[in-house]
Amino acid sequence: MALSGMRGLSVFISDVRNCQNKEQERLRVDKELGNIRTRFKNEKGLSPYEKKKYVWKMLYIYMLGYDVDFGHMEAVSLISAPKYPEKQVGYIVTSSLLNENHDFLRLAINTVRNDIIGRNETFQCLALTMVGNIGGRDFSESLAPDVQKLLISSSCRPLVRKKAALCLLRLFRKNPDVVNVDGWADRMAQLLDERDLGVLTSSMSLLVSLVSNNHEAYWSCLPKCVKTLERLARNQDIPQEYTYYGIPSPWLQVKTMRALQYFPTIEDPNTRRSLFEVLQRILMGTDVVKNVNKNNASHAVLFEALALVMHLDAEKEMMSQCVALLGKFIAVREPNIRYLGLENMTRMLLVTDVQDIIKRHQAQIITSLKDPDISIRRRALDLLYGMCDVTNAKDIVEELLQYLSTAEFAMREELSLKAAILAEKFAPDLSWYVDVILQLIDKAGDFVSDDIWFRVVQFVTNNEDLQPYAAAKARDYLDKPAIHETMVKVSAYLLGEFGHLLARRPGCSPKELFSILHEKLPTVSSSTIPILLSTYAKILMHTQPPDPELQNQIWGIFNKYESCIDAEIQQRAVEYFALSRKGAALVDILAEMPKFPERQSALIKKAEDTEVDTAEQSAIKLRAQQQTSSALVVTDQRPANGTPSSTQLGLVKVPSMSSNVDQSLAEQGLSHENGTLSIVDPQPPSADLLGDLLGPLAIEGPPSSDVQSQQNIVSGLEDVPNAVEATAIVPVGEQTNSVQPIGNIAERFHALCLKDSGILYEDPHIQIGIKGEWRAHQGRLVLFLGNKNTSPLVSVQAIILPPSHLKMELSLVPETIPPRAQVQCPLEVMNLRPSRDVAVLDFSYKFGNNMANVKLRLPAVLNKFLQPIPVSAEEFFPQWRSLSGPPLKLQEVVRGVRPMPLMDMANLFNSLRLMVCPGLDPNANNLVASTTFYSESTQPMLCLVRIETDPADRTQLRMTVASGDPTLTFELKEFIKEQLVSIPTAASYAPMPAPPVPQPTTPPAAAALTDPGAMLAGLL
Amino acid sequence: MIHFVLLISRQGKVRLTKWYSPYSQKERTKVIRELSGVILTRGPKLCNFVEWKGYKVVYKRYASLYFCMCIDQEDNELEVLEIIHHYVEILDRYFGSVCELDLIFNFHKAYYILDELLIAGELQEPSKKTVARLISAQDSLVETAKEQRSSISNIIAQATK
Repeated sequence: MALSGMRGLSVFISDVRNCQNKEQERLRVDKELGNIRTRFKNEKGLSPYEKKKYVWKMLYIYMLGYDVDFGHMEAVSLISAPKYPEKQVGYIVTSSLLNENHDFLRLAINTVRNDIIGRNETFQCLALTMVGNIGGRDFSESLAPDVQKLLISSSCRPLVRKKAALCLLRLFRKNPDVVNVDGWADRMAQLLDERDLGVLTSSMSLLVSLVSNNHEAYWSCLPKCVKTLERLARNQDIPQEYTYYGIPSPWLQVKTMRALQYFPTIEDPNTRRSLFEVLQRILMGTDVVKNVNKNNASHAVLFEALALVMHLDAEKEMMSQCVALLGKFIAVREPNIRYLGLENMTRMLLVTDVQDIIKRHQAQIITSLKDPDISIRRRALDLLYGMCDVTNAKDIVEELLQYLSTAEFAMREELSLKAAILAEKFAPDLSWYVDVILQLIDKAGDFVSDDIWFRVVQFVTNNEDLQPYAAAKARDYLDKPAIHETMVKVSAYLLGEFGHLLARRPGCSPKELFSILHEKLPTVSSSTIPILLSTYAKILMHTQPPDPELQNQIWGIFNKYESCIDAEIQQRAVEYFALSRKGAALVDILAEMPKFPERQSALIKKAEDTEVDTAEQSAIKLRAQQQTSSALVVTDQRPANGTPSSTQLGLVKVPSMSSNVDQSLAEQGLSHENGTLSIVDPQPPSADLLGDLLGPLAIEGPPSSDVQSQQNIVSGLEDVPNAVEATAIVPVGEQTNSVQPIGNIAERFHALCLKDSGILYEDPHIQIGIKGEWRAHQGRLVLFLGNKNTSPLVSVQAIILPPSHLKMELSLVPETIPPRAQVQCPLEVMNLRPSRDVAVLDFSYKFGNNMANVKLRLPAVLNKFLQPIPVSAEEFFPQWRSLSGPPLKLQEVVRGVRPMPLMDMANLFNSLRLMVCPGLDPNANNLVASTTFYSESTQPMLCLVRIETDPADRTQLRMTVASGDPTLTFELKEFIKEQLVSIPTAASYAPMPAPPVPQPTTPPAAAALTDPGAMLAGLL
Repeated sequence: MIHFVLLISRQGKVRLTKWYSPYSQKERTKVIRELSGVILTRGPKLCNFVEWKGYKVVYKRYASLYFCMCIDQEDNELEVLEIIHHYVEILDRYFGSVCELDLIFNFHKAYYILDELLIAGELQEPSKKTVARLISAQDSLVETAKEQRSSISNIIAQATK
């Protein structure tokens, strides 16, 4: 093959290749860059050929990883060259060197547009390719209509139209608002009749994007997709060049099935039947063959078919067929198929009724946990985690523990977290649970986060039967030669509390316990010493009769630390020393810790968050969300399967390890006297739920004032004050009525937060629609109560429970809704101040003898009182700067964000009425948005938001929110965060334990106490 | 969609990069460094997928070159694996049993061919024949322009003689 055809370029490339080392290469490259720079400076003497050569060299140097910070202009200017060779180079180098946010690109828009609307087909192709690859918002605005015209033009050849389809796809992704696709359904349907398979493939990609955005508009395309698939699967009139290893374009087959997964169902029985015929053929007709490429291609089609079958909710028989296939796959030699088998089996877990068949493959899946390939091991771990339940927990957890010793570091943290969660969720007995966690700490202490051992402490404290066992176990581990610091912590804590229960056993006298623990002290860090000091104090207290020798030894230690530089250690030393001299008083003060209030496991919460992290927003996942109701039922049944109810407990809190002994005294007194555990700790642990959401837990240490306010928010969401919990509220999961809602209530609510009208609730008897109009701080919601039956619904009652910041008035609701009739009930809303609390509609009716009652959140949420407002750079920056810091401007790094392309995020913001202002932030990965907030008590308030994303890690971002009102800033920040972190994925809501979760209450939360709406909203 | 395409040699040298999602220069360097570390160290006979920061990277080694494409988690991995092979077959047909050297000295051709295969991170053309036809049409356009230019410069040369 001839060399590049440009001698200078070839010579340069050989020079670089001949360099002996990196240093020489750098010198050669620097020399060349210097040369190019001088040549570009006096551009006039440059022939088109030379210019071409130099920009290629630049691209080559850039590819080698060197900074090329000049010459972009020259590359862009080649685009406007009149001749093809220069233009071609200009387009391709520009699209490789620059990204969509470079200012230089704007300079080219006019030329690009002229090329697109011009008559020269080759120029059209070049321009469409570049815009399709790096076109940004500006391009969408000025070029979309032209590109649309080309796509449907009858005079254009396929080579232009296929490029136009993908170019339009890019513009639509970048800016769906600007690309006008109203009425495009018909055009798309026509495009699906296209004979040229290049155009058809590209159009199908475009359709996938359009349908995923709004499937309702494209129903007419559905039968065409099925037709296309039939034609391909039957290999009917597919040109030879479009078969790949004998398979009719596997890519088009995959794309078509992908598009079909975005339609919720297929109603037409004929279409459905033909589709299932095709799918059946694919499922049964795909054999493993020798040729790797043929195999890959046919299995690409097969796996897509599996996904579609799952989505369509096929009959059980077909599902079992799928599981059987997957069972075969996870045992084959070919690693790709094995990987995908495991991946798809995990997805299959979401389908009801097949879990038992999947369980039959457990042995094989465990083998995959030892696969040489980390990708496969990851999949196996995920699958085992997903399929674990009470029946197999023991086996699975023990396998995980065994694997822990050999697993690579990259996986250990995830592995230990998962093992801990499974042990907790499905423990057949609690002593087993303690065993597992201690083994976990022993084997992988570095990867066991604090919350895992806090949780053990909590369990042991709350279960008296467990205490001697746990203490003995802890004592055993202390005999091991080198133990992990976390083990020292947990053993010290357990032996301090419960060591005296072992007193009669050999090696467990107070003295012996003390000396074996004290051996560890020189090896531990300053975070463990306070725990050891507390343990010493407790040992001392439990030594009856007092042992003067031990006492002197321990006092000596307290003395030594009285001048410790670490305030926590110092304070404990001083206080314990003083207290232990008081004799009898010590017994009261250092009495055993009270039981912990039962809360949802922080671990499980954490795991859910990580699930949200990696949540796949595929059609499969979307489908999973639609199934929440059944998911809820499944979770609720778990205790019945033999799981101790205590496994549903809550958050870990360090038992009064706080420096303030008096306070812990007060706490104890309080809880003993009351005999309840309702208010245990006036100082909330900093490990609140938000803390969980935000990443690594900071458990110890006094909470800052800022935590207090967070607590407030949390309380609005999830707290339910104890006093009310038993009486008023029927949690959604266990409603007494027999009526099953249709669709996912939470999802409907979330959808309505983003749009103004839609269905709020539906069951077999009634449909509640809602329509909202919002102006400034006022709004009007109309409830449409529709009776779906042929008999009347009676005893209809609708009560609004508004949160304290909303004033709401519902007009009269008739007691009876006639058959097949719809009643409209207007509801006036006025916003008094910023808050994220949600109003609740308590709705009940009677049908026959059945009483149905539901509590529904109303979409009168914070963003409804926002008015998007565009701001220019001149307005934005002074404002941004003037709001200089907290509390008016708050910044936070949000982790666990649902990964989404920036465009989707921008869409989300726009639908939240936060207007994304493009161009204000020079960094393409950032979003800046502005809006005004309206409430009765304040003036319209400008709010500014900036989101900085990390393209390398989409699960995190930094968010800055600013407004003239501290509460507003905070509420808005939290509101946006909720939207970003847990967009209504059922997974994160479903496993909430049914009983309301008591949380420490703080003064602001007490305000919410009086606010039934807020409390209910918290529950729902 | 495909977020980027990388061709990396066994020694970690970059032979081609194409970015369909916006990455700054700094991020590009970082991605290449991280991914080469992950992919080049993977042994043979492992699967062709690597999970990486919420994405998946599908890669395949051909002789001394690794072809890598980064996709979303829910994308179809095997489909993308065969896009890689499709690309390699087209390169092979164009260069006549392609080797790394061809791609080094003709890296611009590799870019042209990729542009006929993918746009916006999606497959544009499933037919090898069509791609080959379009590329050779481009080549002849460039050739014609060259001839024209030389004939024009001949004319000018003669006229100014």
